[in-house]
Amino acid sequence: MPKLMLLGDEALAQGALDAGISGFYGYPGTPSTEIIEYAQRSKQAAENNIHRTWSSNEKTALETALGMSASGKRAMVTMKHVGLNVAADPLMNSAITGASGGLIIAVADDPSMHSSQNEQDSRYYGHFAMIPVLEPGNQQECYDMAFYGFELSEKYHIPVLLRLTTRLAHSRSGVITKEPIPQNKMRKPEDMYQFMLLPAIARKKYQHHLELQNNFLAEAENSLYNVYEGEANSKKLGIITTGLAYNYLREAFKGEKIPYPVLRIGQYPIPEKQIHQLYDSCDELLIIEEGMPIVEEQLKGLAFPCLKPIHGRLDGYLPRAGELNPNLVAKAFLMPDTTGKPVPEIVVGRPPALCVGCPHSDTFLSLNEVMAEYGRGNVFSDIGCYSLGFMPPYNTINSCVDMGASITMAKGAADSGLFPAIAIIGDSTFCHSGLTGLLDCIYDKANVVIIILDNSTTAMTGGQNYTGYGKLEDICSGLGVEKEHIRVFVPLKKNYPEIINIYKEELAYKGVSVIIARRECIQTLKKKNKMETEE
Amino acid sequence: MKQDIILAGVGGQGILTIATILGTAAINRGMNLKQAEVHGMSQRGGDVQSHLRLSDDPIWSDLIPFGSADMILSVEPLEALRYLPYLKEDGWIISNSTPFKNIPNYPPEEDIYKEIRKIPNYVLFDADTLAKEQKANRSMNIVVLGAAITHLGFTLEEIEEAIKVIFAPKGEAIVEANLRALQAGMAAN
Ligand code: SF4
Repeated sequence: MPKLMLLGDEALAQGALDAGISGFYGYPGTPSTEIIEYAQRSKQAAENNIHRTWSSNEKTALETALGMSASGKRAMVTMKHVGLNVAADPLMNSAITGASGGLIIAVADDPSMHSSQNEQDSRYYGHFAMIPVLEPGNQQECYDMAFYGFELSEKYHIPVLLRLTTRLAHSRSGVITKEPIPQNKMRKPEDMYQFMLLPAIARKKYQHHLELQNNFLAEAENSLYNVYEGEANSKKLGIITTGLAYNYLREAFKGEKIPYPVLRIGQYPIPEKQIHQLYDSCDELLIIEEGMPIVEEQLKGLAFPCLKPIHGRLDGYLPRAGELNPNLVAKAFLMPDTTGKPVPEIVVGRPPALCVGCPHSDTFLSLNEVMAEYGRGNVFSDIGCYSLGFMPPYNTINSCVDMGASITMAKGAADSGLFPAIAIIGDSTFCHSGLTGLLDCIYDKANVVIIILDNSTTAMTGGQNYTGYGKLEDICSGLGVEKEHIRVFVPLKKNYPEIINIYKEELAYKGVSVIIARRECIQTLKKKNKMETEE
Repeated sequence: MKQDIILAGVGGQGILTIATILGTAAINRGMNLKQAEVHGMSQRGGDVQSHLRLSDDPIWSDLIPFGSADMILSVEPLEALRYLPYLKEDGWIISNSTPFKNIPNYPPEEDIYKEIRKIPNYVLFDADTLAKEQKANRSMNIVVLGAAITHLGFTLEEIEEAIKVIFAPKGEAIVEANLRALQAGMAAN
């Protein structure tokens, strides 16, 4: 079969396509976006009628994928780590209902927060839900684990969590592909109780889920992806690696054989047998894991520390935060530092900024004029390109917490008496998590002004479609915003007088106002124009 | 052969195209490749780097270790300096000298050039002007690549082959412009 040059994300998507998937669902989020984007571009996916559209948010995506699985077909849902918080409800419950057709929940974590608000580790969610977790260590494994993940899922009727990290998701390498297999046939669940979590049924199913744990452990202990390399010169140290850490370890030793026994973990729950074997045969352990110290914590048992020293992120052998790299791993072995010349002092930071000509820029600048008399601290914002409105020259926004938090935080502030209380939210984000918050505002007649930045796309992740496109006014009025307080303007310099007037009028209104600032993202506009000229 | 290359620049300057061309040339030779890219928010005019690793042997890490890059290939002079901790003692800097000023505190160009000249092996040249002279305004990145070819152990023909394949879908004129840019860069070395 051909060798393709693929990003980790793309390798996973291609693996799923070759493994007979019927549908991808997800919400864009760096570094997971390219999984579905790849599937959307794929000719193979188009020819086989594979479903691959974006969902409103990660929760609806996971639930939809669960529905496809309940119909016997293979499905994958994709998201970034913080997206899994949004989907945590169906995640925990799908562990109890189980799956029917293979169900893979692919989550891309972002240690070092290259493009995120935190660096939580999705393996904890896998542990929490007590479902098998797969963690590829390279692009080939991303591909292969799609096949394996669907098989494992169907064998135990359980969703499988597949965890990527930024560096693998966004790094390219050669991948050898297999012969594609056909999609599953449609098949309704044999057990009509399977997806029915009424307490009496759920209790039974939870018991069954607990009983499955031994099987998951046995699968991990026999997994091809948990590799024990016991032959070693020295038993002074035993090493456990997860994810990309093994690569960094080999790099630190310049590709030479590692002098200590190594256990490489790619499937969870953590394989107890191999861990005991390593623990028994070595004097000390070093745990090098990409992300948070979940293996280390499980081994240490905080209340009853083990007798042998265990090193890792918790005792400073490796930094507690951030992604790993070959130098950090080398340092844990006290190897000499290889770092080249320091960065000269004249080098200054070059932070990201709104594109020149970005529509948000005029919305912010005009709002600043109106807000001058109130000082800072009244503008709650959300997650998207417009988070950059925090930085100079705008300094417009004062918060950015999670998807949808702008509207609800503004409401809470208004409830406490703050005036004015303004929320700024993108159009895609509004459809992801803003609707219910808006409903809260309407229900309570909160005195808020909600500015929806409508650039016709999910811009921050590169311009994906979203579910509420073209329907924002209808959605708002349908939810109960009064028609005369749904205002629309085009953010352009020449419109400033009109824009400022709209702001002032809606600030003066005691109730819920929605102002839609509508002009397309210049990046998606450029792409469209380019496509037209090329056609 | 083994080459560890840091590609540096500002979002939108085309460093990923350089990576694709070098990667294609390496694969045509039957080499292994790993290429870590930067996606997402940092691309909005922020600094971007890509780690490109080519080798006849297996490649383990997607990231190049500090102090072991054979080359920093930069399409912008300030960005060439940002990654010095990656460069090995006798490594090369190949950099465009035309600044990309999207920050208010951009340091004086002469100070930047002075720092680059402290590196034993460097090529610092005005790739923007060369691209314009070749009527290939949008191929500044390819000019910079041209200046790097011989230091990377590739032949002009190998890189030309890759360029032809990669730009073919965009038409003959674009392929030709890029080939001119490449040759001009190579001559500037
Ligand atoms: S990508 Fe679009 S929305 Fe984002 S900063 Fe650029 S122009 Fe603005």
